[in-house]
Amino acid sequence: MSRRKDNYETSRWLKFKKWVDGETDLLSIGMEPEVPVSSEGKERRRDLARRKAYDQELIRLSAEHADKTAIMKARSIRYFQKFYKVMSVVLCLGIILVLLWTVASLPVTGNADNPANNEVAARYIEKGLQETGAVNIVTGMILDYRAFDTFGESCVLFIASCCVLVLLRLDADSKNENIRKMIAESDDRHFEPKNDIILQKCACVLVPVIMIFGIYIVLNGHLSPGGGFSGGAVLGSGLILYLNAYGYDRMSRLFTEKVYKRTTLCALTFYCLAKSYSFFTGANHLESGIPLGTPGAILSSGLILPLNICVGLVVACTMYAFYTLFRKGGM
Amino acid sequence: MRLFECILLLCLIMCAVSVAFARDLLTSIIIFMSYSLIMCVIWMILQSPDLAITEAAVGAGVTSILFFLTLKKIRAIRKEEQDEQEEG
Repeated sequence: MSRRKDNYETSRWLKFKKWVDGETDLLSIGMEPEVPVSSEGKERRRDLARRKAYDQELIRLSAEHADKTAIMKARSIRYFQKFYKVMSVVLCLGIILVLLWTVASLPVTGNADNPANNEVAARYIEKGLQETGAVNIVTGMILDYRAFDTFGESCVLFIASCCVLVLLRLDADSKNENIRKMIAESDDRHFEPKNDIILQKCACVLVPVIMIFGIYIVLNGHLSPGGGFSGGAVLGSGLILYLNAYGYDRMSRLFTEKVYKRTTLCALTFYCLAKSYSFFTGANHLESGIPLGTPGAILSSGLILPLNICVGLVVACTMYAFYTLFRKGGM
Repeated sequence: MRLFECILLLCLIMCAVSVAFARDLLTSIIIFMSYSLIMCVIWMILQSPDLAITEAAVGAGVTSILFFLTLKKIRAIRKEEQDEQEEG
């Protein structure tokens, strides 16, 4: 037994274990066959001489044909460029013609017999206020009748921000030297604390107004124009302005990667729990049990208000995350 | 009102054409921003204020900011780069 223990230092198992742990290179410990390095200088020299002769022959041969081929080549390229320009203009004009023709054969705007004026639109307009309780009929449509579609849209935004995260994220723990250099280059923190007085004074006035306007749009989505998406976009641009004026240090008091993850996850999960049943009921409506309230009051129309808040949070977080990821590859 | 609409639509077409023909990428982004703003007013005239709000926030705001950032990343904005070098 003791002999085996002595050999453990050089055993294959230990090497394998080290390799799994990523401590050693396979080539350095001789586990993989090394690439044989040719040491015969003679043969090499002969090879080189042969190649040189071959190259010279090639140059001599090509010089004879060079004039002819060059002329031919230039001519064909010129022809091709002309052909390319003509074809692009023809293609562009063709597409314009097709589109104009399509527009011309559309039915007249506002005609009562248009295919868009069917029983679905009539039902939404006539019974929308009764059934959803939302004064803003657009919000009633997208967050009540068609809430499942809106769920898909907010998921698309979330997936887009995840893809940007995967593509642009710079990992600080990475062993790659280049990536570390890129992080140091793109890190804006060494320009901080920022002291751009004009921007800061403007932001000082503008940011509260923008944020309150965004919150108003989100909360009043069922009463006035707007809703989760537009309010969330306004909130997100307010966050971006604040970040530009005051820098990451002050921003990280309010908004970090953890906050982003939790907010987005909670909002999407709530939305999913509240509305994904319509996937099983064939996009049919179910009674939520929440009283619709008086139309026009802020606490009315059932689930629409919380769903608006969810969509607004997701959109605001996504906008802000896009900005920070594009700017320096991290939150 | 009719005249105002016509002027706006003409400006819209001019912006759309000049985005393609602008030499500088920065200029074309700024023209694109103004295109979004004109479009926002047109949505307002067409009585869809929710679309107008979204157009102003997303089209003129966030999209342009992302374009600016991308240009900075690929070092297409030359003046800013020089400024950075002077600072750093």
